[in-house]
Amino acid sequence: MAFTLFILLIPLCVFLLLALSGKRLSAGVTGVIGTLGMAVVAGLSCFSAYRYFFVIGQSGGNFPALVPFSFEWLRFTDTLSIDLGILLDPISVMMLTVISTVSLTVHLYSVGYMRGEQGFQRYCAFLSLFTFSMLGLVMATNIFQMYVFWELVGLSSYLLIGFYYTKPAAVAASKKAFIVTRFADLGFLIGILLLSYCTGTFDFGELTANNGLLVIGSTTGMAFLGLSAASWALALIFIGGAGKSAMFPLHVWLPDAMEGPTPVSALIHAATMVVAGVFLVARMFPVYYFAAHDVLMLIGYVGAFTALFAAVVAVTQTDIKRVLAYSTISQIAYMMTALGVSGFSGPDGLGYTSSMFHLFTHAFFKALLFLGAGAVIRAVHSNEMSRMGGLRKHLPVTHVAFLVACLAIAGIPPLSGFFSKDQILDAAFHHDKVLFVALWLVAGLTAFYMFRLYYNIFWGKERTYEHKPREASWTMLVPLGILVVLTAVTGFFPFSKFISSDDMGYAAGINRGVAASGVAVALIGILAARMLYRKENDRPAQLAARMGGFYRAAVEKFYIDEVWMFVTKKVIINCVARPLAWFDRHVIDGVLVDGTGRLTEKIAGSIKGMQSGQVQYYALVFIAGALAVAVWAIYI
Amino acid sequence: MIPMEYYLTVSTLMFFIGVFGFISRKNLLAVLISIELILNSVEINFSIFNRYLYPDHMEGMFFSLFGIAISAAESAVAIAVIINIYRTTQNIDVRQINKMKN
Repeated sequence: MAFTLFILLIPLCVFLLLALSGKRLSAGVTGVIGTLGMAVVAGLSCFSAYRYFFVIGQSGGNFPALVPFSFEWLRFTDTLSIDLGILLDPISVMMLTVISTVSLTVHLYSVGYMRGEQGFQRYCAFLSLFTFSMLGLVMATNIFQMYVFWELVGLSSYLLIGFYYTKPAAVAASKKAFIVTRFADLGFLIGILLLSYCTGTFDFGELTANNGLLVIGSTTGMAFLGLSAASWALALIFIGGAGKSAMFPLHVWLPDAMEGPTPVSALIHAATMVVAGVFLVARMFPVYYFAAHDVLMLIGYVGAFTALFAAVVAVTQTDIKRVLAYSTISQIAYMMTALGVSGFSGPDGLGYTSSMFHLFTHAFFKALLFLGAGAVIRAVHSNEMSRMGGLRKHLPVTHVAFLVACLAIAGIPPLSGFFSKDQILDAAFHHDKVLFVALWLVAGLTAFYMFRLYYNIFWGKERTYEHKPREASWTMLVPLGILVVLTAVTGFFPFSKFISSDDMGYAAGINRGVAASGVAVALIGILAARMLYRKENDRPAQLAARMGGFYRAAVEKFYIDEVWMFVTKKVIINCVARPLAWFDRHVIDGVLVDGTGRLTEKIAGSIKGMQSGQVQYYALVFIAGALAVAVWAIYI
Repeated sequence: MIPMEYYLTVSTLMFFIGVFGFISRKNLLAVLISIELILNSVEINFSIFNRYLYPDHMEGMFFSLFGIAISAAESAVAIAVIINIYRTTQNIDVRQINKMKN
């Protein structure tokens, strides 16, 4: 399996080539290089998945974790070192196929979507950098390597959100995304250090071996504020994951990140990077389950709350990309909740399996939604729902693709979203009824806001457009086609056979009762949306008026941004930043830096007269010195 | 035989007269003459130490001869320099010669 190294090296080489050649390559050649490179990576990823699951397969009952390549990078102590390597286990192989497939479709789509944009070469280079970092993140053998690539995806996300750097909103959004996730990563780093301090290792294999025995053993007796050291470390690591995966209250960056180009939103802010937090918790799952079960419960509740919160906000937004962004937050929170309610081993680990399953299917249908939205935005030159309507006649192919994706995310069988969502609901139902009800409500809300979006774009009022909206070019439609097929068929994949919390695999069925209730609530949501938005009428406005303050709060995203602004501008800046700035200006600069300069100047001023340029004066001093030395030598 | 200390007293006097002249004279030629005094006092020392302490050897005497030759060469060069300075600045006062370029 050593060929998996090329999965990492090819995007890196493509990035270096495109970034170094810059505008010397034409946009067409750049697109071909980027897409071909990604096609090779996608092929290799699928081949390695085939090899891993079917040729190597299970040995001794479970799927082994392979490390085909590893070398020592930095050595700290005799026992602690940072390695770089490639880890292949069921979830990383699954992530490889997801990332490379979505990345391939997005590359191809970008060739059409970004036609004629300034800086397409830069765009392609950053996209390759992102793919490289994300693939490195999922294949990391140890938590520190993961952290390195974790920061790299943050960087490439920042670069791509700020792609239109002449637009102030895009610049602000990229800074916000970077700062918020970086702030969360501080928790991640402290968690890593705490964990490695206790256990003496960074390696995932050693940390998770024997049901996290090492973590439990090395942290017994260490407690702080009533929580064990293991709980603290894992909770801090979860904060990093919550930042990347936009969990409440660190979700504020994701809706703003929609300022980036739409294919970027599809790849980074819907399908791959934002699920890194879920992947992180899944990667450390045995440790969470056995060493810090309280943190796992916290993850479940944070996830359920975020899912509900984001779904409510999504219902009221009018920018179609923002609706999709809140939908993404909600769906990722779904995955987090599934991890939180999961048990361990066999069918008990349904939450774990379903979380990964939902990650897998969500990547495809959410990418499809974003790419479809991109085609719509390209056709009508606006993000606002109020500027759209009746587009089904103008964009027939996009319409069908979008409808399939909406049905999938709403959880209508036999599309993929149904299977994964049903498993999550099933897992929640058996673990915690409160969480189940929350997720069940979210399922209904999801169906409602997705079909609100769908009817507003493709049905609703017929509009006259300045330019007649035209269907996109083939480079944009082919990726849509690929994703439609994937959205339709991936649900039938026997996921639990391959991916389970103990890597053993088991057969998961469909719980008919839960499935029926899930589909029923989704249908109610769809019907409600159909009644309100299929034909233009004043019912939505009346409903909004009746909701009053709650509706306005939801439109304003429950003022979370304002709360953060208050916290940063009023509290952090006034209480921390200003005193520090004063200290810097007056003590560091004033006393230390300027003081050193002034002292030197003063001493120099007092002794500069000695350097008169008069040789005779020098000679006098020299002779006086020589005499002094002579006297000293003779008499002392 | 005249004691060694007599010679050494003379050379020491010459040396410090030279040093005093080097420091206090403002005329370049006077400074040059002071340097010659210093050199000569050193050569007297060489000869005297050779004659009194190591009468069988001649190194000190030869060293004095070298010193005389070198001081002659040095005076020639120095006077040439002084003449050139005088040509460009019309002046041989050491306090006035403090510019690399005129």
